[in-house]
Amino acid sequence: MWVYTFRRLLTIIPTLLVASIIIFSFMHLMPGDPAAVMLGTNATPEQVERLRTQMGLNRPIYIQFLTWIRGAFVGDLGESIFFQSPVMSVIRSRAETSILIAFFSMILILTIGVPVGVISAVKNNTPLDQFSMGFAMLAASIPTFWLGLNLMIIFSVNLGWLPSSGFPSVIESGNLMNLKYLILPCLTLAAPNSALIIRLTRSSMLDVMSEEYVKTARAKGLKESEVVIKHIFRNAIISVVSALGFTFIALLSGTVVTETVFSLPGVGSLVVQSVLRRDYPVIQGVIFVVVILYVLINLLTDLSYGFLDPRITYD
Amino acid sequence: MRYGFKFWRKLFRRKITLLGALLLTMIILMALLAPVIAPYDPMKINPIERLQNPNQTHWFGTDNFGRDIFSRIVYGARISVLSGFGVVIFSVVFGVVLGALSGYFDNLGIFIMRFIDVVMAFPPLMLALALMAILGQGLVNVIIAVGAVYLTRTARITYGLTLKIKKDAFIEAAVAEGASNKRILFLHIIPNLLSPIIVQATFTFAFALLEMAALDFLGVGIPPQIPSWGNMLSSSQVYITRAPWLIFFPGLFIVITVLSFNLFGDALRDRLDPKFKDLV
Repeated sequence: MWVYTFRRLLTIIPTLLVASIIIFSFMHLMPGDPAAVMLGTNATPEQVERLRTQMGLNRPIYIQFLTWIRGAFVGDLGESIFFQSPVMSVIRSRAETSILIAFFSMILILTIGVPVGVISAVKNNTPLDQFSMGFAMLAASIPTFWLGLNLMIIFSVNLGWLPSSGFPSVIESGNLMNLKYLILPCLTLAAPNSALIIRLTRSSMLDVMSEEYVKTARAKGLKESEVVIKHIFRNAIISVVSALGFTFIALLSGTVVTETVFSLPGVGSLVVQSVLRRDYPVIQGVIFVVVILYVLINLLTDLSYGFLDPRITYD
Repeated sequence: MRYGFKFWRKLFRRKITLLGALLLTMIILMALLAPVIAPYDPMKINPIERLQNPNQTHWFGTDNFGRDIFSRIVYGARISVLSGFGVVIFSVVFGVVLGALSGYFDNLGIFIMRFIDVVMAFPPLMLALALMAILGQGLVNVIIAVGAVYLTRTARITYGLTLKIKKDAFIEAAVAEGASNKRILFLHIIPNLLSPIIVQATFTFAFALLEMAALDFLGVGIPPQIPSWGNMLSSSQVYITRAPWLIFFPGLFIVITVLSFNLFGDALRDRLDPKFKDLV
């Protein structure tokens, strides 16, 4: 187990190195002088030159890369052009909203996706199965922003039950009631992503249901609920767990749109604003943090297989 | 001919697939015949008729400039279908070549697929946004940015399929006959991967449409004056309380188009090549 963990940790190094090269090259791929592009057309040559010096753009490209990567791995992602403050502190100030949205959305996705997928598989080829598959297909086809806007029209504008935008910090105010601001964004984000989990749970349940040991369990006279939970579900859940990394990435992609629709001060909306402001250090910084998170989640997912399925060994 | 007929008959045996195909045909016809179908000029500003509810003269109402929403949606279908096909062509051409080369040449595969795996660790929309920040707004740039995101998925699938197929007896026979690598790749391997690639292309179209609409909605996609469905939604946000139909109809057409591609793709996957089902 420890040897496997160590070997798996080693594989992270080339992944992060290649990811760093891609992220670093974002700024240098744009046509023209990055400093001039970031400052806009109104900037004076002096201002452009000052930014070039400040960002080290006058130095050879490999020195710039080594400086950036050394800083990135110790949490120094450079300075935001717009905020005039370290990128890491800008990300930190926006992290609460995004973490809470991702966390609650993931809970919603699992509490909707897994049971619906299980029921759909158990009631295979019945109207209930067709209904849930239809729901999954529809949910996967709805643009997140459109769903968000419609929920806003229904629950905020027409019914007035929930707030339509913003999110006062729970940590700063200590008021848990502020979480109601996240109900609509979480529903918006969870709906399309739960579609994947529904389909995945259903198909892996159906695969396991045709196994010989399931027939044996039934032949032994076990109760159907026991067969479904202990024999089918436990073996089927591993493919759902393997999709958690992918779901996490989809969630983060979704936060970009959802946070913009609901005007939430999160990391997703920060990326959009930074693209519009041409604040490249922030774009690079956010994507770097997200890739690290994804790599770590995939690592944890791989390590969890052994706990979920004792047949899996880490030799 | 007989096989072709049987294939389509089996494909459309499920009513839901037929529905998907009908919706898809409707959207494509709408895009092709936009000048005939649209009752008004989609760009014509008419301040007297601004923000009208859906009515008999304007079926889907009018926007804040008095422009007919139905006509704009019909013309918007052109942009969506055109850009969707653009992304599919871009991602299939580059994805298949990269995936097939990586699968066929082991040494090359290690580097290309490692790189592609890393790119797949980036959230698709964030990557597309970063690419748009580099490329700037515009239809072609949107196609490149979204196409670059989705070519990684096509390359991954093609890679897996090539690894599987290159061990088949007919490839060994071609090697024994002295066929060149180029001939084996382009005449023997890639044509045999067409079925799963077509299936993947339908899903790419659906995902790409959602992604492109999101980029337009965020204001970094196609320039705002072009009536794409995403742009229409983006400019309507401020009228959410006064004119909710401005939001409802363009979004509905995105849903219909994506849903039709998903339904059709699902049925194609089940019918075209069941042995590759797990890979697509």
